[in-house]
Parts: sequence; C-alpha cells; structure tokens
Amino acid sequence: MITMTKDTMEIVREQDVVPFRNRVKELATKIGMSLVNQTKLITAASELVRNMLKYANGGKVTLELISKAGQSGVRLTFTDKGPGIADIQQAMQDGFSTGRSLGLGLPGTRRLVNEFAISSVVGEGTTVTVTHWKNGR
Amino acid sequence: MERIPILKMGPFLLVTIQVDLYDRLALNLENDLITMVSKTGARGVLIDISAVTIVDSFMGRILGNIASMSRIMDAETVVVGMQPAVAITLVELGLTLQGVHTALNVERGMDLLYKKTDVLLDQNQEEEEEAAEQDPE
Repeated sequence: MITMTKDTMEIVREQDVVPFRNRVKELATKIGMSLVNQTKLITAASELVRNMLKYANGGKVTLELISKAGQSGVRLTFTDKGPGIADIQQAMQDGFSTGRSLGLGLPGTRRLVNEFAISSVVGEGTTVTVTHWKNGR
Repeated sequence: MERIPILKMGPFLLVTIQVDLYDRLALNLENDLITMVSKTGARGVLIDISAVTIVDSFMGRILGNIASMSRIMDAETVVVGMQPAVAITLVELGLTLQGVHTALNVERGMDLLYKKTDVLLDQNQEEEEEAAEQDPE
C-alpha cells in the first residue's frame, strides 16, 4: 500500500467540523469517488469528529490518499487523548451510548465505510481508522 | 450570529436550508422554528433540505426533534428534497427518521401538509359559510 498524500488537521472546536468535511470531500473528489460513496465517507467522518469533540474535547485527524493494488482510496485516522473506551464491544453495538445521543455513531460509521479499526486505552485515548475505496468496495 | 431564515406562507412555515449545518446553527434553527410555531400559530412546517449534502446522526436527531416538538405544538412537519445519496447514507447509518413526514419536493410537501392538517377544510367551511351568509336561500 502506498500513501500518496498525507496531512493532518486539528479539531478543537465545533466550527472546525465544516472545513474538515470540505477537506475530506476534496480528497474524495480528487480520486473520482462517486457521490454516494463520498456522502458515506463524509458522513462517517462527521460522526467520528463529533465523537472526538464530545467525549475527548477534540483531537487530531490524519487525512491520506492511499493506493493498493491499483485502487485508490481515502484513509482517515482520528486520534484523541480523551478518557478512552472501556468496553469497545459494547460501544460498537447499535443504540448504546454513554452520552445522550442515539448511539448510532460508531456502529453506523462502521457500516458506512469499507474498513474500520478502533483501539482505545482507558485514560490515554482512542484511535479510529477508516478507509473508503474509490469504488466503495 | 448566522441564522437560517424562516418564511411564513399562509398557515405554514417554510425553511430552506442552503448551507451545511454545524451544530450551533442547527440548534438555533430548532429553537427559532418552535418559537415561530408558537408565535404565528402555524399548522405546518416545511423543511427543504435539497441543498444539504450531509445529514449525520446529530442533524437527523434535530429533524426528529423539530417534528416531535411541532407536533406537541399542533403543527405537522414535512422534510422535502432529500438527495438520493443522503437517503442511502442515512439508512445505512441506521437513522430512518421515524416520525418525520417526508416528500420528494416542495410541491408534494405542501400537498402533504394540506392533507395532514385540516387547513383546506377550514377554509372551505369558511367559504361555504360566507356563501351561505350572502345567499340565505
């Protein structure tokens, strides 16, 4: 797998969300991702930054254009130094939320993107990586 | 502060969302709409989201809230103009907008509002009464 471009964005305020979404859209457009796949990726990204702001007071996102076996895609890595998630399995269930949201964020996001990975250490933080390929597979 | 304009059209309120919403803006809209319903005695609320490219779980919850709050205030809510990519993404995310009426476009949305509320019926009755007053026989 080759990384073609890579940059990072700090997300500390709610106002950072719209420019971040625009940046993701730029990348997705650049590799010619279809509108439906773009929408899925941006919505997933939006859910994840919202989580980061809500539970960890923000964090950092790494945006990459990647290529594997002739196929290009967008990879986003969300890193925060928040409280961490004690039970990831539980957090990945539909309808589970420690906040007062609908509890769709993490499980919904996993359904929207092609690849999803999460790791978390209580007291240290959480990292979520999502990848969406150009053709959505 | 940035706000989304709310137009009064007869017995209904009309909102066209032309920008991608960030949280503060969405919460303001929720608040402004409910205040307007109360102030104007509107019977219906029509929300046009044809220019909205991303609806995440937060935005979905706001739409649901507006519908529930309006209903308590005796007004129906119809969301119109959802882009196909947004509909696909919402369902995969797990958000089915239960309790929110939807229509394909503004025209059908207005028809639905007339059907859902008895506004047209009231008007007809008034017209009949007026006619009866003018012509006692």
